[in-house]
Amino acid sequence: MTAWVERQNEYVLRAAEERAVQLIRLWFTDVLGQLKSVAISPAELETAFEEGLHFDGSAIDGFSRIQESDVLAMPDANTFATLPWTDGGTTGRMFCDILSHTGEPFEGDPRHVLKRNLARANDAGFKFMVAPEMEFFYFADGEPTHAPKLLDSGSYFDLTTSDAASDLRRQTLSVLEAMGIPVEYSFHEDSPSQHEIDLRYTDALTMADQIMTFRLVVRELALEAGRFATFMPKPLAGMQGSGMHLHLSLFDESSNAFHADGEQYLLSPIAKSFMAGLLTHAREITAVTNQLVNSYKRLVRGYEAPVWVSWAQRNRSALIRVPVTKADKPGSTRIEFRSPDPSCNPYLALSVILAAGLKGIQEGYELPAELDANLFELEDARILELGYQPLPTSLAEALDEMEKSDLVRDALGEHIFEWFLRNKRAEWRDYKANVSQWELERYLPSW
Amino acid sequence: MTPETFVLYPNPAPAELVRTLDFGNYSWTAVGSIGDLHDSEPDVGWTGAIICADEDPDGAWAICRELRRRDVPVEPLLMLVSGSQLDQLVSRNELLDDFMITPFHSKELEARLAHLLWKAGRGVRPELVEHGPLALNVETYQATVDGRPLDLTFMEYELLKFLSSHPGKVFTREALLNRVWGYDYYGGARTVDVHVRRLRAKLGEEHASLIQTVRSVGYKLGQSRW
Repeated sequence: MTAWVERQNEYVLRAAEERAVQLIRLWFTDVLGQLKSVAISPAELETAFEEGLHFDGSAIDGFSRIQESDVLAMPDANTFATLPWTDGGTTGRMFCDILSHTGEPFEGDPRHVLKRNLARANDAGFKFMVAPEMEFFYFADGEPTHAPKLLDSGSYFDLTTSDAASDLRRQTLSVLEAMGIPVEYSFHEDSPSQHEIDLRYTDALTMADQIMTFRLVVRELALEAGRFATFMPKPLAGMQGSGMHLHLSLFDESSNAFHADGEQYLLSPIAKSFMAGLLTHAREITAVTNQLVNSYKRLVRGYEAPVWVSWAQRNRSALIRVPVTKADKPGSTRIEFRSPDPSCNPYLALSVILAAGLKGIQEGYELPAELDANLFELEDARILELGYQPLPTSLAEALDEMEKSDLVRDALGEHIFEWFLRNKRAEWRDYKANVSQWELERYLPSW
Repeated sequence: MTPETFVLYPNPAPAELVRTLDFGNYSWTAVGSIGDLHDSEPDVGWTGAIICADEDPDGAWAICRELRRRDVPVEPLLMLVSGSQLDQLVSRNELLDDFMITPFHSKELEARLAHLLWKAGRGVRPELVEHGPLALNVETYQATVDGRPLDLTFMEYELLKFLSSHPGKVFTREALLNRVWGYDYYGGARTVDVHVRRLRAKLGEEHASLIQTVRSVGYKLGQSRW
């Protein structure tokens, strides 16, 4: 243990004592992106820092094969925070790194996968910075047996009494800020009951942790208010789904490596190769950035979600958009990757996105021409003729693309790659065997 | 509170030494010559001295003599020497109070310093750093604004402590990276901005402006007391 880590641990021990923390939740994430938690008492904290916490990983999705089920959770003192919404005694939380029983980083730990990919970026001299736009719905309840009940009929940027959930959103913002998760903007989105909270950029590992915390805070506070929040990508047919647009940039030691004065849209050659990498490998990484059967019901024409592999400055139908930034603010030059949805595992999604972008830089990929037409206005056949590729249209297609991808296999590591494919194929098979309401309505009367 | 300042030699002082002192919330001034030593000495005199001999032993011993051969010798005086310089200590007992071998362990240095100060009958380092509504307890790591406890991460706490220990002084991002995070830290150019934004979020709307952005330079906290 380095002196640095010792100091951080000591700080947390002291802080827990001074703040009379009664319970510490140790958090980690399974391969599907679900948050897992083990609670310990403050008395166990010191041992947890020194020796970690043993648990049986075979109970966690995607963690262990039977033979090597014992894993070790090592709390990361740098992530210590208290949970402001808990009653009756202060609760603290830390994210954990998972080690195998031999003390090596455990290959099934998504946080480790992201760290490994970030280390590669570091070796190339880059720090990966991310800012997500988190979209979600507030419903009256989370009961899946009936259609979701809307809380309002408000729309984009509405500031009226119809925005019944705005108090809830405001309360959520203050909890996020108190936890050190700065918010850039928040507003009512296009669809009724849909909301968006944009987080301020930070390094990718912190951001992945923040996204996990964010999803919990939003859902937890909604429940406390007797509501239900969901990050399901497309809960309402015929209305816009929830995306998680990601604003991305790479910083080197002194400045934003995506920025270049005098270049078109102020984008450096590094930014352009990164974009080319994302476009080239977009179809392969989609299973990870959009991991549910339901994700592909968002990625359809007519709802401002990307459908074609393309980039543009203004056109919001493109997969990558280049936000307009000012020449005197070089720090804010960035790209916006628009396909991911908020149901993804943020550690894995950021891993494959970074791997695709770095590949573009390392191989010096050429950025194709900017998309100048609004693709939403063209016929599919015409778009194909123009040479654009569609994003996968179903989870099955996305898995086929992923399975062929050396890039994704390498970024995720063998263990998670294989497990993810197996698990998601099973999800697809379940879905295929199901007969939906749509089919009954469409076919039963006539056939 | 009397401003207490350690004198360090040489200038620039070793990075690890500076970091340890900053962590421990000790003020210091690095000097490169006997001239410097006199010019920058505070009116109340030096609190103590930490002299590193492994680069320039002759210069280092000259500074020691200057500090000790006075009516009121400066003490405590801690020497940092390399293993091969241990011989040099033999005939110079009166010039120092204690010594450590480089590379030193930062926790040991802190402990020795605290002990030397105690032996010299000197008050220990200030326990409370206060600025306006802000109070940081160096012993317990607690930070409060208007009496409301702030739950900070270690780095947020260290950054806030550093800025509030030097009110009104503007620090560049590079300086903050070096002084708060340490020289060997690689976090990229945006690390400081990201932490400042997080601190402001935790301070809350009312107090977010305690940490000011000085355009195209860096950050400062509050106004200078002098």
